[in-house]
Amino acid sequence: MTRTDVATRVEAESPPAKRRVPPWRNPWRRPYVLWTITWLYILWSLVPVLIAVQFSFNDGRSRSTWQGFSTQWYCCAEGSIGEDPSLLLALKNSLILGAATVLVATPLGVALAMGLTRWRSRSSRVANGIALVPLVTPEIVLGSALYLVMVNLYQFVPLGRPAMLLGHVTFSVSYVLVIVRSRLLSIGGDYEEAARDLGASPMQAIRTVLIPLLMPSIFASAMIVFATSLDDFVVSQFLFGDASNITVPIKLYNAVRASPTPALNALATLLLVGSFLALILAFVGLRTRRRGRGTRSALEDLADYG
Amino acid sequence: MAKPDIRHDRATRRLWPALALPGTFWLIALFLVPFYAVMAVAFSGSINIFGEPNPAWNPLDWQFATFRQVFTDSVTGPYQEVWIRTGIYSVCALLICTAVGYPVAYYTARLAGKRRGLVLALILAPWWINYITRMLAWVNLLQDDGYVNKVIGIFGFAPVSWLSGSSFTVVMALAYGYLPYFIIPLFASLDRIDPRLLEASRDLGMSPVRTFLRVTLPLSKMGLITALVITALPMAGDYYTNTIVSGSPKTNMVGNQIELFLLQGPLKNYGAALVLLLSLVLMFFMAYYLILTQRAARDAQ
Repeated sequence: MTRTDVATRVEAESPPAKRRVPPWRNPWRRPYVLWTITWLYILWSLVPVLIAVQFSFNDGRSRSTWQGFSTQWYCCAEGSIGEDPSLLLALKNSLILGAATVLVATPLGVALAMGLTRWRSRSSRVANGIALVPLVTPEIVLGSALYLVMVNLYQFVPLGRPAMLLGHVTFSVSYVLVIVRSRLLSIGGDYEEAARDLGASPMQAIRTVLIPLLMPSIFASAMIVFATSLDDFVVSQFLFGDASNITVPIKLYNAVRASPTPALNALATLLLVGSFLALILAFVGLRTRRRGRGTRSALEDLADYG
Repeated sequence: MAKPDIRHDRATRRLWPALALPGTFWLIALFLVPFYAVMAVAFSGSINIFGEPNPAWNPLDWQFATFRQVFTDSVTGPYQEVWIRTGIYSVCALLICTAVGYPVAYYTARLAGKRRGLVLALILAPWWINYITRMLAWVNLLQDDGYVNKVIGIFGFAPVSWLSGSSFTVVMALAYGYLPYFIIPLFASLDRIDPRLLEASRDLGMSPVRTFLRVTLPLSKMGLITALVITALPMAGDYYTNTIVSGSPKTNMVGNQIELFLLQGPLKNYGAALVLLLSLVLMFFMAYYLILTQRAARDAQ
């Protein structure tokens, strides 16, 4: 059974009723109300951001009056991203932190997913439960808990980039776990068993069979981790320490109530481009594995990871 | 053949726990221990020379005076207002989320063809736009000389000062900020409803309204509750939305109070006690949610 397209169904079947049916009783009418609400919502959710992006190209200091197109806030005007060291520093810190989080969280999460999925015992179920709790923990709770433990117990971890890295990895591991595990469950254990029957050691089976099979989801989770780390504000704000470790979201947050210029919009636009690039790569990665089969699209997979 | 198999099994039996070990250790050290640190600070009985609490790592040293103080202040004292405000703002924002998010998720789930991909991509897009950026976008629009005031000026309304402590702005900003997170789980649940059930209901003569009330709504109940819980948890601890679009103590929520204690002053034990209190309140909802999902899983069997 394929999905029923509301619109084409309306054209294909005319209402069988002989007498006139009031519109609210007619199940075949076009869903005008739903259509309107949905498109109004899409406009409401995206237009403000598009306007903010537009103002990053404003030819003046105003963030509310359009004065013509210019790229001066990206480079070379006074206070632009190219000229303001604090904005450049935020951008650099965000990218380094995101890359470092990917490098630590992905292997950790993949190993955890393989271990927890294939190892069946009571302790694995407990570990599984613990691993999912960070996903539903409010960020302020995670952020303040990490802050208090770094300040009071793990004093060998200085606030700043090391502490932020530990914090970002902590919430990212759960994402990797969820994504990779769903793939592990869908491919089953048959391939590894076949490899082992043919004489591979367990490690060889993992390296030559399981990892290549998991590659698309590993890649997708790495990209999602990068985008989440780039976007994180709360955990970063609790752990960043001093101004030299500031990231783009913190910079935006601090500057928005001060006297902002369109350079701030330009910075936000670059952050946007960064996370969308990562997202598109993740989307392409998820798509490679389902060419020609399966009914659910990669977009729906991404929706499930939300 | 029996011997190599057993050896294989023994090797793998050790391999899988070994693979799970680093991740589990990480989460214990950086998730469970930090939570214990919150308790150690909240129940601390002494302060150091900077006026900051010395954490009480030994449960036998726990002093509950601060926690009790924060608790009574929350129930009857100065924080009572903050808690009530957090509750009212969250409930209002969640109502808006439901009123807007349910129709959007439903329409998207029932779409097919090329349009489906487009609408889904547009609905997922805000989920990937940085939260602070989306708030920044509204700050641009809501400035005194911003587009919103220009638009309402066309209709003859006087400009409104949106960004100086307006509860309405905060609630709308919360709804705007969390709607993407609300729509996605709801969409996933509505998408799993078999369209044949809706067709059957229609063929048996049900009106669209009754089909919705008796088929769609019961089938999407778990998805709706998931969406509400997933949005309510971070919303209740939100402080940045409030700071960005209001910045006034008149609209302070619990998150603002926590941030104030932990990051801007020495009274970290008060902040930690508030975090504990907030976690307790939210854990109540979490437990309710977990019981519901387990019951649903049992009924499905």
